[in-house]
Amino acid sequence: MIPADKLSPKGTDLGVHFYIDRALAGGWGKGDRLYQAGPWKKGLPTQGYQLPLTPANLYKVSIEQSNLICQKKYGNKFSKISAAQTEEFLLDLKDGKVTFTDGPPAQVFFSMLYQNVMEGMFSDPIYGGNKDKAAWKMIGFPGAVATHAQNVEKYFNKPYKAPIFGIGDLS
Amino acid sequence: MSTKLKEVDVVIVGMGWTGGILAKELSETGLSVLALERGDFKTTADDYSLPNIRDELRYTIRQELMQNASRDTLSARNNPSQEALPMRRLGSFLPGEGVGGSAIHWSGGTWRWTDMDFKIRSMYEDRYGKKFIPEDMTIQDWGITYAELEPYYDKFEKVAGVSGKAGNLNGKTQAGGNPFEGSRKNEYPLPPLKTILSAKIFEEVASNQGYHPFPRPSANASQAYTNPDGANFGACQYCGYCQRFGCESNAKGGPQMTVIPIAMKKPNFELRLNTWVTQINKDSNGKKVTGVTYTNLKTGEEFVQPAALVLMCAFAFNNVHLMMLSKIGTPYDPVTGKGLIGKNYAYDTGVGAELFFEDKHFNPFINAGGTNTVIDDFHANWNFDRSGPGFVGGYIVSAGHNTNLPIGYRPVPRGTPMWGSKWKEETAKWYQTAMSISTRSGVLPHRHNYYDLDPTYKNAFGQPLMRLTFDYHENELKMDTHGAGVINQMIKALNPTKFSNAVAAKRSWNTVPYQSTHSTGGTIMGTSPANSVVNKYQQSWDCPNLFILGASVFVHNSAYQPTGLVGALAYWTADAIKNKYLKNPDKLIS
Repeated sequence: MIPADKLSPKGTDLGVHFYIDRALAGGWGKGDRLYQAGPWKKGLPTQGYQLPLTPANLYKVSIEQSNLICQKKYGNKFSKISAAQTEEFLLDLKDGKVTFTDGPPAQVFFSMLYQNVMEGMFSDPIYGGNKDKAAWKMIGFPGAVATHAQNVEKYFNKPYKAPIFGIGDLS
Repeated sequence: MSTKLKEVDVVIVGMGWTGGILAKELSETGLSVLALERGDFKTTADDYSLPNIRDELRYTIRQELMQNASRDTLSARNNPSQEALPMRRLGSFLPGEGVGGSAIHWSGGTWRWTDMDFKIRSMYEDRYGKKFIPEDMTIQDWGITYAELEPYYDKFEKVAGVSGKAGNLNGKTQAGGNPFEGSRKNEYPLPPLKTILSAKIFEEVASNQGYHPFPRPSANASQAYTNPDGANFGACQYCGYCQRFGCESNAKGGPQMTVIPIAMKKPNFELRLNTWVTQINKDSNGKKVTGVTYTNLKTGEEFVQPAALVLMCAFAFNNVHLMMLSKIGTPYDPVTGKGLIGKNYAYDTGVGAELFFEDKHFNPFINAGGTNTVIDDFHANWNFDRSGPGFVGGYIVSAGHNTNLPIGYRPVPRGTPMWGSKWKEETAKWYQTAMSISTRSGVLPHRHNYYDLDPTYKNAFGQPLMRLTFDYHENELKMDTHGAGVINQMIKALNPTKFSNAVAAKRSWNTVPYQSTHSTGGTIMGTSPANSVVNKYQQSWDCPNLFILGASVFVHNSAYQPTGLVGALAYWTADAIKNKYLKNPDKLIS
């Protein structure tokens, strides 16, 4: 999803995969703050996440299912298919054109995956992604700045030019 | 087995703004006051300090300061024909947990609701006729007036350190303020915040189109400040991490740095943290409450805490939930329209547009919770004729930036791919060059928008979850449609490089994306036990030694955010308890 180009290194060079692995291994991935009691019903889109799976469980079963589908369609598992095939598969996942046998709904997995990629790219580097604050540099977000009290006037309708800080730089 | 404790004079359930204000006011009378708070006490020095507080993932995405849904949540559905399912993660609204409550992570919007809200039914009927109000819209007059509340609004603004510009001082219109506000005796305690570019652009276009823009009043201290109680505020740093975050410079007014520390200095006040109240207890004939039952969350032990006076000061829907679990009053039935507990749930609605300007630099990371400019021409302006658009209530329109951090805020024009080099290019191009204009209206109550207890799902204490049945109806669509028209006219005048215009559409409430934490109603205020749960002093009609404070007493929701009124009503009730109730502990209105 995040190719290397003039704007930033590619996603794995930003550590987005490290971010996701850590998030899934930590409290959030194991269902922290997720109401997990049954019964489980499909529900309406307006009722939000209703699966009996923690985020880590959802990734596990969805990756297995994705590999089966890729194997069948492209003759290889997801990590071995070509860039064009990867793009096609991700678009199908997003658009609801992929169905996992026996569930879970593939689009629910996609929306979690997409959100986690964005988190890995744009969260503070202490979480393992956004290496060298490259994603913040790409958009010009200055990070963990202590004060902008003087900057309202100083940069009023002017490009902000100042060092970018992460939490780790200031600790 | 529960352990029965020694009786106290007053027990307060929940330590946000209302609990904090009552804790301070009542502990000054010498009564023994015990506050029970389910969360812990986070402090500016230990928990909201630099650099760790500048963490979007932790506070915004993972919701560190919010109610933990794994322990207690709500079930939700759009109408009674659907099956409610639990909100397994909180999304649409985010009540805070811990000392300070939602006032730790709010943006500080502080408004004075006017008689247009308190006399809503009679004013609309007088002007537009009875038929103008839809049959299913369960609005009613509140039984309180702006004049009664004016001194208490003033008090709350001073305590919370509100920055703003008066628009009506003693009946005289003031340049630069909101000309439609109620008459004020005093200016705001602090001057307005600085105006950022997006707010300035809005101010200009709104003025040019004949509206009356003003800076949004908010409890973000525009300069260092000491409030009348001696609590010290630092000046706002425009750090861009306001909503969802604690404030490291103590510039965002909250009870945890004002009223609560003052109460804690009193020997007759005790704050018991990590305590979860599961029930309000009643006497055998149900005419009085006798105290509360709670669980110590550090040990799991259950206690019965007797008290002469019980103040329910939890988040709005947690107050309603506790009333239902305690079987006080009659639950509302949407079929017959009878019963009152759970009635008149209300929320927010609104529409927005995004404007992209190639040649502007908004620096969306330099802002405060209150760096917005607003117009009130379509809400508190009674001269705005509703007969054409045909809606009750109204909306404010505003623009500005507030906490636009990059995991959640990456505006791109419609049609941009979701990933890849083109997505990166557009994200980089527009992050700093976009602004939005949006409306905000209160949803008016409808007979099918209500709370009751869920028949299936339970919380960590084995108690039924609260079930919320809520959807938008015709009145909301009419307000959104009118508001979209106003915004789209502004876009035309501003001529941005690109824009996503405001679109009003018939839609159902979605529990997932954050919308607002302004859930109101469920234990509404009114003029008699036949039409309300509490009287105008927030005192239960059923049990005179029970008071229910906060937005659950709101009869409907307004275009204004609720906290200004929540705070004023808390001071008003504190006064009534101190000066009336304690002298004669009975019904304040018979």
